Amino acid sequence: MELLAYILVDGLIYGAWLFIVSLGLTLVFGILNILNMAHGSLYAIGAYAAASAVGAYFALGGEAFPFGSYAAMVIGAMFVALILGPLLEYGLLRHFYDRDHVVLVLVTYGIFLILEDAMKLIWGVTPLFVSEPYSLLGNVEFGPLYYVTYDFLVIVVAILVGIGVWFVLNRTKRGKIVLAVIHDREMSKTMGVNVDRVFLITFSIGVFLAALGGALTAPMISVSPSIGVNVIILAFAVVIIGGLGSIEGAAIGALFVGIARAASVHLLPEAELFVIYLVMAIVLVFRPEGLFQKTQARKI
Amino acid sequence: MTEFIFPRSTPLACALALVVLVVIGFTLPDWAMFLATMAFSKGMVALGVVCLMRSGLVSFGQGLYYCIGAYASGLMASWLGTSDIFLMSLLGIIASGIVAVIFGPLLATYRGIFFAMLTLSLSMILYGTLSKMSVLGGTDGLNISAPTFLGYHPEGRALGLSLYMFTCAVIVIYGGIVRTLFNSEHGLISLAIRDNELRIEYLGASVRTEIAVTYIVAAIAGGIGGVISGAAIGHVDPEYAYWTTSGEFVFLAILSGYLSIPAVFLGSVALEIVRSFSNLYFPNTWQMSLGIFLLIVILLFPKGLGALLSRPKKPEKKQ
Repeated sequence: MELLAYILVDGLIYGAWLFIVSLGLTLVFGILNILNMAHGSLYAIGAYAAASAVGAYFALGGEAFPFGSYAAMVIGAMFVALILGPLLEYGLLRHFYDRDHVVLVLVTYGIFLILEDAMKLIWGVTPLFVSEPYSLLGNVEFGPLYYVTYDFLVIVVAILVGIGVWFVLNRTKRGKIVLAVIHDREMSKTMGVNVDRVFLITFSIGVFLAALGGALTAPMISVSPSIGVNVIILAFAVVIIGGLGSIEGAAIGALFVGIARAASVHLLPEAELFVIYLVMAIVLVFRPEGLFQKTQARKI
Repeated sequence: MTEFIFPRSTPLACALALVVLVVIGFTLPDWAMFLATMAFSKGMVALGVVCLMRSGLVSFGQGLYYCIGAYASGLMASWLGTSDIFLMSLLGIIASGIVAVIFGPLLATYRGIFFAMLTLSLSMILYGTLSKMSVLGGTDGLNISAPTFLGYHPEGRALGLSLYMFTCAVIVIYGGIVRTLFNSEHGLISLAIRDNELRIEYLGASVRTEIAVTYIVAAIAGGIGGVISGAAIGHVDPEYAYWTTSGEFVFLAILSGYLSIPAVFLGSVALEIVRSFSNLYFPNTWQMSLGIFLLIVILLFPKGLGALLSRPKKPEKKQ
């Protein structure tokens, strides 16, 4: 029973940041119809940016008010989104929209290759540590074990982000416009929607969510160049389990993956690496389009 | 003249290609021979991706078979004590063939991104399993002893040359088989699946069977590629099944396009050259150079480099 509780809590924590990252991926896919392979790199860049921002914050005398480092992390992530979002969408992806789906995936794969090296050039290959924000909030006692409060903060942020995105999409005018673009790109253009701008903003938000996921994990791990390579595959699994382009799906998928991983860490550590793909494969066997995907009529 | 450069009959083209490759082989320096062997073996795997791409499917997990082939031959060498390249290839074919026969029919119901992700997850499952299995060397992998050729034990340059010759023979034969398959009824149906699979069903062919068969053909190509790569490097590790390895094969397949089979191998050689030289001159940014190279190719050659090589339709067009 106790073990079950640990698995649930660990799974929830792991699933929370995974959800933030996957949300960006599923948003970009749902609206722009691009499966962004560079999403993991954007996550890693977010982690680096946050690490640098926190480092700079403390170097500039942030010791007096250490909680400001959280703001520094978010600002770091925003910075990444503001620079890379427009750069990638406007400068590169836009020129390939009329091409095949697969070609776009390949373009983002090219971006992935470029960003992986760009990161090494900017931040070097030695791992960065910024653990100050992690220990700031103290611990929470949970049975015989202690959990770091920061972990729960990540869960709260994930819930807020999820609800926020859902609310904007479904309950505001801007969101309705975005939904219209998803439904019929051409028609919304005719009705006077600036589709190009919707794409640009959505992609930048996607980048921001990836970077935010990275920024939030930065204090928990050592930030090194290879962290993005694994994350993208995890995020893919989450998004596929939930059904591409679905927010609820991403949430459920992240929970599935988080709990599956936590269970295997506690019960069968050898299986940790592949249990996630196993879950995804099983889900796809029963629901070939993911859990929350609506079936579409095929054109003859 | 074009008839001579692009012979209409596949066996003739294959024979010609083999002669050219063998003659080139004798003149190549050692490093270039190794590069060509590696390029050709990776080209085999990419050829598999190309086969599936003709039906509009992208396998993002062809590293699965690359890895299976390499491990099968590596294990045979260490367990049975024989490293005959023919036996190793046979085992690689059988191993990857069996796995493909199991998964092919299952995967054949999936399309688009789901097909890509499922193939990817299969290869990542293998990667995860191999990394944790200490019997098979874990993440360090296995060493593979130098291959022998039906009792012939070459060393030094002779070894490299023999392996190169073997590789050339393999790619020419398999390339010929695949070309024959492409031109056959099955191959044409595969191509039509890309345009409209529902119509194919209405016309009486089974899309699932076609895709499953193509998948198995692709898997076997991947297995052989793995055997040769393993033998050439003399080492195999779980990285063979990692998603970035598979990504590279997709990269190569897109680079070459699905119009021409020789283009896959030429593209592979071009990619290996770009990689080696950028490794040499920009050791820290070779991935970046590859990425930029990829973007340029996609931008300039929408149908892949193969479009340059495919048979000219109009005689007045310069080849």
